[in-house]
Amino acid sequence: MSVIGSTRLSLGEEQAMLLDVARDFCRRQSPMSAVRAQLDSPLGFDNAVWRQMVDLGWTGIALPESVGGSALGVAAVVPVAEALGRAMLGTPLLATTLAAQLLQRAAPGAQDDLLAEIAAGAVATVAMLENEDWGNTRYQVSLDSENRLSGVKMLVWDAQAADLLVVVARDGAGETVLAPVRRAAVADAALAPHTMIDETRRAARIDFTGVQAEAVIAGPSVLSALRDYRLLGALLVAAEAGGSAASCLDTTVAYLKTRKQFGKLIGSYQALKHPAVEILTAVDATRSFVYHAASVVGEEPLAQEAEIACRMAKAQATETLCHAGDRAIQFHGGMGFTYECDAQLYLRRAQWAQQQFGDARHHRTQLAALLLD
Amino acid sequence: MTPQPHELDSFRKDVAAWLAEHRPADPGFLLPQSFMEVSTDQQLDFLREWQHKVWSAGYLGMAWPRAYGGGGVDPAFQSIADQEMRRAGVPICFNVIGLGWAGPLINDIGTEEEKSKYLKGILSAEDIWCQGFSEPDHGSDLGAAQTRAVRDGDAYVINGSKIWTTMGNYARYMILLARTNPEAPRKYDGLSFFLAPMQVPGIETRPIRKLTGEYGFTETFFTDARIPQACRMGDEGDGWKIAMKTLQYERGAEAGAAGGLAFVRVSVDDMIDELRDVSRDGRPMLEEPLLRDQLVGLIMEEKAMALGDRRSAIAPLTTDYPFSLPLSNKLRWTEYSRRLRQFAVGAQGAAGSFYVGDDAARQGGFWQRAYLNSFSATIGGGTSQIQANIIAEHVLGLPK
Repeated sequence: MSVIGSTRLSLGEEQAMLLDVARDFCRRQSPMSAVRAQLDSPLGFDNAVWRQMVDLGWTGIALPESVGGSALGVAAVVPVAEALGRAMLGTPLLATTLAAQLLQRAAPGAQDDLLAEIAAGAVATVAMLENEDWGNTRYQVSLDSENRLSGVKMLVWDAQAADLLVVVARDGAGETVLAPVRRAAVADAALAPHTMIDETRRAARIDFTGVQAEAVIAGPSVLSALRDYRLLGALLVAAEAGGSAASCLDTTVAYLKTRKQFGKLIGSYQALKHPAVEILTAVDATRSFVYHAASVVGEEPLAQEAEIACRMAKAQATETLCHAGDRAIQFHGGMGFTYECDAQLYLRRAQWAQQQFGDARHHRTQLAALLLD
Repeated sequence: MTPQPHELDSFRKDVAAWLAEHRPADPGFLLPQSFMEVSTDQQLDFLREWQHKVWSAGYLGMAWPRAYGGGGVDPAFQSIADQEMRRAGVPICFNVIGLGWAGPLINDIGTEEEKSKYLKGILSAEDIWCQGFSEPDHGSDLGAAQTRAVRDGDAYVINGSKIWTTMGNYARYMILLARTNPEAPRKYDGLSFFLAPMQVPGIETRPIRKLTGEYGFTETFFTDARIPQACRMGDEGDGWKIAMKTLQYERGAEAGAAGGLAFVRVSVDDMIDELRDVSRDGRPMLEEPLLRDQLVGLIMEEKAMALGDRRSAIAPLTTDYPFSLPLSNKLRWTEYSRRLRQFAVGAQGAAGSFYVGDDAARQGGFWQRAYLNSFSATIGGGTSQIQANIIAEHVLGLPK
């Protein structure tokens, strides 16, 4: 058996269409001026744009037809995520898609009412993280015998916009369970927005103490659903980061073609050319990993082949974006050091993306075990 | 007509069966891992016989026209044959400059006469081809080539020298880039392209000893060597254009090669298998965290390239920079393979300091020799640094 493993990579008709439509949509709806207009808004996105995305059916891409989705699988969300990243368009689409996957995989068929709400545009998110460790699976937030929660979650993605929160908790027996909670059940004072390094992103600390869960999802499928959630999260953030890295490179290249120093366009200097080519190669590798992963995530629960692919996509994509963003600042010179220059948006996005669903070190450590042991 | 999947499947089985039956026995001497390492007559005879055998069985030049010794079938068959040859780990088809560069060029832009005269001999390995592009003073800066070709009646008189002529001492023909007009306003416009015979008075070759201590390249000297005027390809002044086209085949950016293995592709798989039992700090190497992380990095890099090959065939996924993958192919593969081999030498522990000839060397010193030889690919055909310039300018559109 080769350590290189599967090299499946295909693009279905629907995926190709979504890629086209999403890129066009983002180009029109999210020029940099629109991205910047949202940097200090409470929710981080324009509700009118979000409604259009819902109307396009994007919140139901990976949901079954029975709840109003189009049953195309997470693979079909990948090109949309890539397009969002390219345009730096911050919307709750990824958080919502992933929360829906978690519910659906943990309790197939049992949460259809909630899934139908999500397909129709309700914003959903998952409250999982309790400390800085994305690899942690021992949750302290607890659920008592009357389905009341207790404890604090941090970095709850898009919590400010969420209608529905899926809380990962442990029950009295110490088993990991999922507790869907309505936003209305959480007091405003219990939700404290974080100040994020990526100003296009929103997340909050939430104290769930005393909050009544809508329902409780327990059983062995919870753990495998959480594993899939983390891996699919890694894939979608990788797809988004891949899109951001590509447009970050475009931004840098455009500057190298217009800025003159010492009487020459700076893009003619090899000291800038060669690293630009290295970034291009990394962007290429990212895109290949991302669409390879999209080609192998069809099974539920995810097969080992898919686990390897998602982890590689995440490790490659965020290392690429971190490097592309870092070099974008440097290559813009003094201009790159200003708030006005778009390079900072990519660099800040990179710092958020590298952590979300685990950083490259985390995934590479897991990959070493999967590939070498 | 596009071949049906079942046709391809049954063809794959046929090739695999043929290879299993006809794969040559271990000759008892180290075989070249690439066409740039043919060092002895013994190696040459062996490889010539093998290529002839592959061609006679119908597994080489499958997509070239039947009239010129090819198979006249869809290229998909050749790529399956190549995959199976790689899988079976059989020797290379060594006449690469003919099979991969000169051949496709003649097929694409050659005259009827040129096709009839040259193509079959390339496939059968009867005619070995070499390339006369680089000069001692002009390596990657090909446009500055100074070797002169002066028209004299129905001949050209050649003077000058070429370097890094792979198999120059064995070749019957050379694709030659020479200056016919030193007065041309642009240096590129003064060059012409020749399908030149090597066995004429005034051409001498001198083998170059490589850093491995072996041979494989020559320096080639032209002293009033007369070659027929008819062997000029295209018009006078077309040399640069044709040479650039040739480089497209060489860099894998343009299809048309006859097929066969040009080099033994070493995979990270082979390395991991080989090094599994190496001990480090009293424990198996594969338990060492830093080394594990470096291996994951190499695996990902190799996998990314295999995936890139797949993605480059899917148009909607290459819209940003459509030529990025094909134009960077050489750079990515050669640099990766150099680093992989370098890693393999270092990872052996103290055994990494043995070389070919020492009985204690792992696999006869395979990795050590492979690492030293890997520079032929990161330097030859345009150095990696020149490749980076080409990609920066032609893919990213950065200024010269």
